[in-house]
Amino acid sequence: MNPLSINARPSRTAALVLSVLPFFLLLAVYGATAHVRHQENPDDKLVPTFQEMADGFYRTAAEPDRKGDYRLWVDTVASMKRFAISTALLVFAVLLGLMMGLLPYVEKFLLRFITFIDKIPALALLPILFIVFGLGEVSKIALIVIGVFPTIILDTFLRAQAVPREQITKGLTLGASDMEVAFHIVLPQIMPGVLDTIRLNFKAIILFLIAGESLAATAGLGYRIFVVRRYIAMDIIIPYVIWMSVLAFLADLAVRGFIRWRYGWQKGAA
Amino acid sequence: MNTSLSRRFITLALAVLVLAMTFVPQAAAQDKFTVAWSIYVGWMPWEYAGTSGILKKWADKYGIEIELVRMDYIPSVEAYVAEQVDAVVMTNMECLNMPAASGIDSTVLIVGDYSNGNDALLTRNGLDVKGLKGKTINLVELSVSHYLMNRALEKNGMTERDVTLQNTSDADIGPIFIADKSQEAVVTWNPIVMEIEQTPGVSKVFTSADIPGEIIDMMVVRTEVLEASPALGKALTGAWYEVMGLMSKRGPVAEEAIASMAEASGATATEYKAQLKSTAMFYTPQAAVDYTTSEEIKEKMNFVRKFSFDQGLLGEGIRSEDAVGISYPDGTTQGSASNVKMRFNADYMKMAAEGKL
Repeated sequence: MNPLSINARPSRTAALVLSVLPFFLLLAVYGATAHVRHQENPDDKLVPTFQEMADGFYRTAAEPDRKGDYRLWVDTVASMKRFAISTALLVFAVLLGLMMGLLPYVEKFLLRFITFIDKIPALALLPILFIVFGLGEVSKIALIVIGVFPTIILDTFLRAQAVPREQITKGLTLGASDMEVAFHIVLPQIMPGVLDTIRLNFKAIILFLIAGESLAATAGLGYRIFVVRRYIAMDIIIPYVIWMSVLAFLADLAVRGFIRWRYGWQKGAA
Repeated sequence: MNTSLSRRFITLALAVLVLAMTFVPQAAAQDKFTVAWSIYVGWMPWEYAGTSGILKKWADKYGIEIELVRMDYIPSVEAYVAEQVDAVVMTNMECLNMPAASGIDSTVLIVGDYSNGNDALLTRNGLDVKGLKGKTINLVELSVSHYLMNRALEKNGMTERDVTLQNTSDADIGPIFIADKSQEAVVTWNPIVMEIEQTPGVSKVFTSADIPGEIIDMMVVRTEVLEASPALGKALTGAWYEVMGLMSKRGPVAEEAIASMAEASGATATEYKAQLKSTAMFYTPQAAVDYTTSEEIKEKMNFVRKFSFDQGLLGEGIRSEDAVGISYPDGTTQGSASNVKMRFNADYMKMAAEGKL
């Protein structure tokens, strides 16, 4: 049977091998490159060997640096705090989007404005943010909020609008108040989709986080990556990047788990 | 149908592969070189050498081709370490910490100048260095600013533990310090220093003029490239000192050259001249040879390598500042003689001084 046919059905073993293969190939190509480069230049720092990266990770995680900090943990806590605060603030984006979707006056007031704000490339405004909010935590969180807020508002708005009008009318005729319609009929229906959008925006949040940290910070995962660049410490940078991906993956997993647990009753919820 | 399609697919894949392979750089003897430079007062003469045709004239003389590319500073050094460019301008400190510590054998072809006030610590509220205890200082960590800060603290009997350093991108460090009056201290370089200095209530309290000769700006070439193609060294050195000669003469030619450099660095001619005043340029090859062959340069490099080692810049697993060797024109070596990766070379500058180029 032709394996590239639409009707092909890979066995369980084949499926497993196939899904592991790209990872394996990536590691093999990387390992070979690192090996060849170290043969030519034992001090090569651009493509560190797996051993060097393991050492780099160990040093940052388990050995205090010159200031006595365990860098990986100090950086992780600093970045996670910024990530968590920004994500928590998205509650307001959801509320705003919901109100815009249901209340025509709010919609008229904000829709064009938010659509406009959404198109602003937040990164280009970074210097202004730093001047307005200083170099502390506020400016970094403001960057993330400005970058991601409008997307979440608009997404919630569109989903709220897509809820069949009949349901809302029915709710109202059965005596529900406006807010009961919003929070008991509309919100529970759109929430899984909104949460999906939020988790898909984690990548944007992380990009803004790194950008903010690279500009001014004393700790953070993005901060460290930019500082150790000064001595080409790829043996630290690569493990940090992998660590960040793992954290992002776990955050994504947590949201997906929450959707399944809380909104499992809904058809099509993740 | 199916097989013809997959055959087409395979043909396409092969074509892409062949195309990709033509981009793999060839390691044969070169007659084409790429040289990167970045904007800094002491490096702007390279810009003029390029646009005025002087560099091309010298390259033609030695039968080679030199492509001059402008890059941001750190990316340009990274490109050099990745062997994507053959030569690049950088300071003595980055040369030791980035290429040399990464095992890229590098030769200092031209010692162009040292910073004599271009790097500075500026404060608000009349604070002096001692007054910075417990304060936050904005700077680009692990850069020459950080080095300058450490030397300032050292000279005042303090250490880095007495202050908090906030890493701030050089792209925005100036405007942010000017706008945010709660910030009390900043360390940066020109032209940013000049901008900040004009702010009321801000004063310079320590500059590279207090540690003359320690922050050196140089043209660095990969040793293996220079050994295989001395023509590159000759062409670069010849072009550099022709521009130096133009700049140090008075008259319309010098004015035009300086105006061109000023414009390319985004400054007015007056501002650029002010920056040149805080740059100790070696206008003659003899002056550069004298400094490169002096005992003084070894002492200065000793400060730099100690700082680099203390900050872990030579590599975190390294146990001593001697791990990376530095060699000097008189044949002496600082640090490991079996791992010399940074070589001060006065040969080409001597040729220029003797008029042999």
